[in-house]
Amino acid sequence: MMWEYIKLVALGLVALAAALAAHFARDFGYEVHAILVMVVAAGMFVWQLRHTDEPKPAPTTEYLDGVVRAGVIATVFWALVGFLAGVFIASQLAFPSLNPIWAHGYLNFGRLRPVHTSAVIFAFGGNALIATSFYVVQRTSAVRLWGGNAAWFVFWGYNLFIVLAASGYVLGITQSKEYAEPEWYMDLWLTIVWLVYLAVFLGTIIKRKEPHIYVANWFYLSFIVTIAMLHVFNNLAIPVSLFGSKSVDVYSGVQDMMVQWWYGHNAVGFFLTAGFLGMMYYFVPKQAERPIYSYKLSIIHFWALIFLYIWAGPHHLHYTALPDWASTLGMVFSIMLWMPSWGGMINGLMTLSGAWDKLRTDPIMRMMVVSVGFYGMSTFEGPMMSIKTVNSLSHYTDWTIGHVHSGALGWNGMITFGALYFLTPRLWNKERLYSLRLVSWHFWLATIGIVLYASSMWVSGIMEGLMWREVDAQGYLVNSFADTVAARFPMLVTRAVGGSMYLTGGFIMAYNLWKTVTSAPEKAPAATAVPAE
Amino acid sequence: MEQFILMQQFALSWALIFLTAVFLIVVFWVFRPGGRKAQEDAATTIFRHEDRPDVAGEGARGTAGTTFKEARK
Repeated sequence: MMWEYIKLVALGLVALAAALAAHFARDFGYEVHAILVMVVAAGMFVWQLRHTDEPKPAPTTEYLDGVVRAGVIATVFWALVGFLAGVFIASQLAFPSLNPIWAHGYLNFGRLRPVHTSAVIFAFGGNALIATSFYVVQRTSAVRLWGGNAAWFVFWGYNLFIVLAASGYVLGITQSKEYAEPEWYMDLWLTIVWLVYLAVFLGTIIKRKEPHIYVANWFYLSFIVTIAMLHVFNNLAIPVSLFGSKSVDVYSGVQDMMVQWWYGHNAVGFFLTAGFLGMMYYFVPKQAERPIYSYKLSIIHFWALIFLYIWAGPHHLHYTALPDWASTLGMVFSIMLWMPSWGGMINGLMTLSGAWDKLRTDPIMRMMVVSVGFYGMSTFEGPMMSIKTVNSLSHYTDWTIGHVHSGALGWNGMITFGALYFLTPRLWNKERLYSLRLVSWHFWLATIGIVLYASSMWVSGIMEGLMWREVDAQGYLVNSFADTVAARFPMLVTRAVGGSMYLTGGFIMAYNLWKTVTSAPEKAPAATAVPAE
Repeated sequence: MEQFILMQQFALSWALIFLTAVFLIVVFWVFRPGGRKAQEDAATTIFRHEDRPDVAGEGARGTAGTTFKEARK
């Protein structure tokens, strides 16, 4: 009871503080955010008030799956938002007239690009990671999530952060750090949410009934811990005013650059790789109905990844003010990373040994296998691009964009789709998915879309790189920058077409999952708990 | 600058040895004799407790492990 009164007082104070902040706001974006926070806190206050002193339902020992269901819905929603934003900005690059004068300062490429990156990485990817980690850690620990409703706080708190961040970009709030654009107050909020996430996850592992911590949980845990560390150090900044969005970075010059790419590359390494490997190590064996090919290899994969990834950041900074030894170090560690990455890929693929026929009959399995294949492909391409001589051609060109998207669309996207198709019937207690045909449609649209995307960006990127360095007999540059922009046009259109196919696949998935929840047949109740076969 | 040199020397000696040693120990630990049983047990965790938590306290001693070992052969 006491706890409910404390919550009421806290929500009231937050609403009041947000109202004051809105009144004293120094800039428009901050004012909008303050009003948003005020409305949310006031709404929660009223909700809490109406539910205080209600009799509590008896505590249950069942798994806490409501929050996972919410996470699945949020993942699908943000997928569509993020893919749509991506297709739109890709079209803006091909057709500049899609940056209309009336929308300047709000919907032009520069404002929408972080909306796209944050929506796909943090909103789509982040919600997928939070939801699946809550699902997996409960099943592999054989206990309910620790901390009661704290998991709900993580879900809503994280999504509030996303809404603040995305609306902030459109209104011009950014600290201009790649993949870490949100300003100081959003960073502080995310830190709180993330620490609660860590507590829920770790608490569940600590009270587990299984003797071992399953390898997927190691990957999830390293993702949570490392992101906490990266986020805090990369975002160290001093706000100009408590009532304004602007802050001043504590680092400057080359140190700032290095910290930013230490963050940036490890966001790729621990958010988009370690976290999603956690998904792979649970959902691939589950869907294949056989244990992971080699548990030994999975442990070595984990520790090798942890020890190597953290050093790879400087490969983003070849031929800059960064000392040469540092960028060489980054390059060497990136190349070494190839080994554990392929170890992990082999482990995922070989899990199907003796069950390869599933690839023919099960489109979900096909999705997961293609995803692991793209993991292998992009973790080969990445180390290659980190080699200085290759990088001197590829850096600042579309090749980088193609590389990122074969990882993001191929690996992260496909494994998440696989997990969503796996989870939805189970979470809503359905016999099966609404339609496997639609899964196949999604699979082929997404795969062909990625192929169009990646290959057009290879062509475009290598062409750009070659055009930029082309000199005539006198040593003068042959091409102006505008020449390279004009030459890219067909590839930019192809890329937008590929992205549209991927987006269409996303809509088909959303429809299929919606129909699964609303009209697929209910699962017949099992008589007793039977051991899984 | 002195502080930088000190840090650099530490990073290039003790820290490097420590990190490499931890990694090698992990690799040896994975291949320790008798580890296979524990690893097989861990690998089949995902096939237990799918629908409800372990409230009865039956622990990890499910039957799933042996089934899969045979299926592999």
